[in-house]
Amino acid sequence: MSVTRQPEPAVTAPPAPGPGQSDGRTRRRSLPVRLLARPEVGVFLGAVAVFVFFLIAAPSVRQGGSMATVLYQASTIGIMALPVALLMIGGEFDLSAGVAVVTSALTASMLSYQLTMNVWAGVIVALAVSLGVGAFNGWVLVRTGLPSFLVTLGTFLILQGVNLAVTKLVTGNVATDDISDMDGFAQAKAFFASSFDVGGVQVKITVVWWLVFAALATWVLLRTKYGNWIFAVGGSRESARAVGVPVTFTKITLFMLVGFGAWFVGMHQLFSFNTVQSGEGVGQELIYIAAAVIGGCLLTGGYGSAIGPVFGAFMFGMVNQGIVYAGWNPDWFKAFLGVMLLGAVLINLWVRRAATRR
Amino acid sequence: MVRSSHPRSRRIAPAVAVFAAAALTLAGCSSSSGGKKSEEGGSTSAAGTADTPRMTVALVTHQGPGDTFWDIVRKGAEAAAAKDNVKLVYSADPNAGNQANLVQNAIDQKVDGIAVTLAKPDALKGVLAKAGQAGIPVVGLNSGLADWQDLGLLEFFGQDESVAGEAFGKKLNDVGSKKAVCVIHEQGNVGLTQRCDGAKKTFRGTLDTLYVNGTDMPSVKSTITAKLKQDGGIDHVVTLGAPFAMTAVQSVADAGSKAKIATFDLNKDLTGAIEKDEIEFAVDQQPYLQGYLAVDGLWLHKNNGNYSGGGEQPVLTGPAFVDKSNVKSVAEFAAKGTR
Repeated sequence: MSVTRQPEPAVTAPPAPGPGQSDGRTRRRSLPVRLLARPEVGVFLGAVAVFVFFLIAAPSVRQGGSMATVLYQASTIGIMALPVALLMIGGEFDLSAGVAVVTSALTASMLSYQLTMNVWAGVIVALAVSLGVGAFNGWVLVRTGLPSFLVTLGTFLILQGVNLAVTKLVTGNVATDDISDMDGFAQAKAFFASSFDVGGVQVKITVVWWLVFAALATWVLLRTKYGNWIFAVGGSRESARAVGVPVTFTKITLFMLVGFGAWFVGMHQLFSFNTVQSGEGVGQELIYIAAAVIGGCLLTGGYGSAIGPVFGAFMFGMVNQGIVYAGWNPDWFKAFLGVMLLGAVLINLWVRRAATRR
Repeated sequence: MVRSSHPRSRRIAPAVAVFAAAALTLAGCSSSSGGKKSEEGGSTSAAGTADTPRMTVALVTHQGPGDTFWDIVRKGAEAAAAKDNVKLVYSADPNAGNQANLVQNAIDQKVDGIAVTLAKPDALKGVLAKAGQAGIPVVGLNSGLADWQDLGLLEFFGQDESVAGEAFGKKLNDVGSKKAVCVIHEQGNVGLTQRCDGAKKTFRGTLDTLYVNGTDMPSVKSTITAKLKQDGGIDHVVTLGAPFAMTAVQSVADAGSKAKIATFDLNKDLTGAIEKDEIEFAVDQQPYLQGYLAVDGLWLHKNNGNYSGGGEQPVLTGPAFVDKSNVKSVAEFAAKGTR
């Protein structure tokens, strides 16, 4: 990934030969070149390429309903990929994000069921738990100075064990009880897991939430002080602190944002499937991180966008479902997935390099 | 440097959250339907306890964490242990090398018997020979039907996955299926593949395979939906685990397909779905029985010198079919998490 951390492009560029432009540093680059240099443009082109590829290769992708399925898969990844991307821009990442989703769903389900309460009570407590897990990650990180790999690997293992052990302790089984006949379930399902009709196609509500969150994240990142803080702490923690950025606050709230995302996706899973198995979620954290990295966020922090991961998640959903739509030999499924993702990332990288080399 | 210069500020948020939760609980926003209160007080089977000397049995499986199937196996083993005055030591690891270490651990503890699953028999060969040298009787359960005798095990309790698959294929013929899709939730799992292959053998229609990511339910749902949309001719979705069958119900609805759903393995939600006609039938290998018989078999061998299956034949626990005609008799046990 180090290739992408080149110094400012204008510095390496040779001075423009034409008259009227005396100094290369002040030269205004043309609009397409400036567009191409944005972090999300590479992944956008990659996503378009994958999309067009499957439009040609898989006839059933051309139906409206198929696109709804692809978008649904993309949205459940994408909602988590957004806070994960912000965290990554802020210089950290979170390995516990996958099981944290299941922790949230288990909390809400067991609390409402065991105490026979309105499911909204469980939903709110689950939010508190999820934010708490995020705050714990961030707090340990800033207090100890340990790398986020170690801290969140610890949380990942803790949550994985707690998910299983507490579920078994409380319900006597490794899955939660069905809560679909309880008060508030229909409301909560409408909020987290309903679908609506657009021209005869059933679109899942998560797609709408995903886009709303993406717009919000973009606004925060580009138009608010907090957004500047994220870039600053990701670029250099010490310099950021020197110019008065509240590093501790920023890092902890970023982890809490991931907690919020885990809560939201966890609630979707709970109200979509009525019960939760305690062993799920393992391995999902890598998919969220992958969506963010494909979306142009650097693993080293300080660079990226919120819209990039939207295309990253879309690309993941498109490839995942496209292989099925195309009816390819499923034994090769994982291999196809890997090849297509690598290919897309290479397009992404090539576009960014081509744009910054001018 | 790293130590925070803002120690006081963020203690408030969690405290507020906990307080809000407590307030909610106190405010009594209770549900008038469902929940723990509506659950029937299930009676636990409390038969007498054997007065034989206390013995220790280790049950070592290849369970991944949080799988409903293995929970039922373990409950069966615990029930037998309680009745037979046996101390049960349970351990599990899906990685074959780690599972071998757990068997070694049991040998080190000098247990009186070991029950083990043979998902990857070659990896356990060495350690099982050591158990033999130590004079510890070993029985197999669940997987390893082809290998238990070669490895010198006393007895075997389980289902022949290929036989179960073949029975499944015949049942699909009986219900008039022409084109089905077999959903594998763990790529590379031998037992799951044998089920699909067995069904393919006896099924007269065509059976496609579909791989899904078993740890991510939304992904399972959309992948099955995609398959149903890609091929409108599919009339049956075959899943290999109960939770995936429940998800397939939603996929069929999402795809606007008329396909029916049949599955391997049961749990308590699934029996309800069979009663409601959402799922056509399930083939049950009775995991509770596998756990129970394995422990009981070791007890019988120690206290009465018995060999279940004569030490020559495996004791088959499946395939038993559960459909609308007999689901009522199974449902009450499934509700307790033992079927």
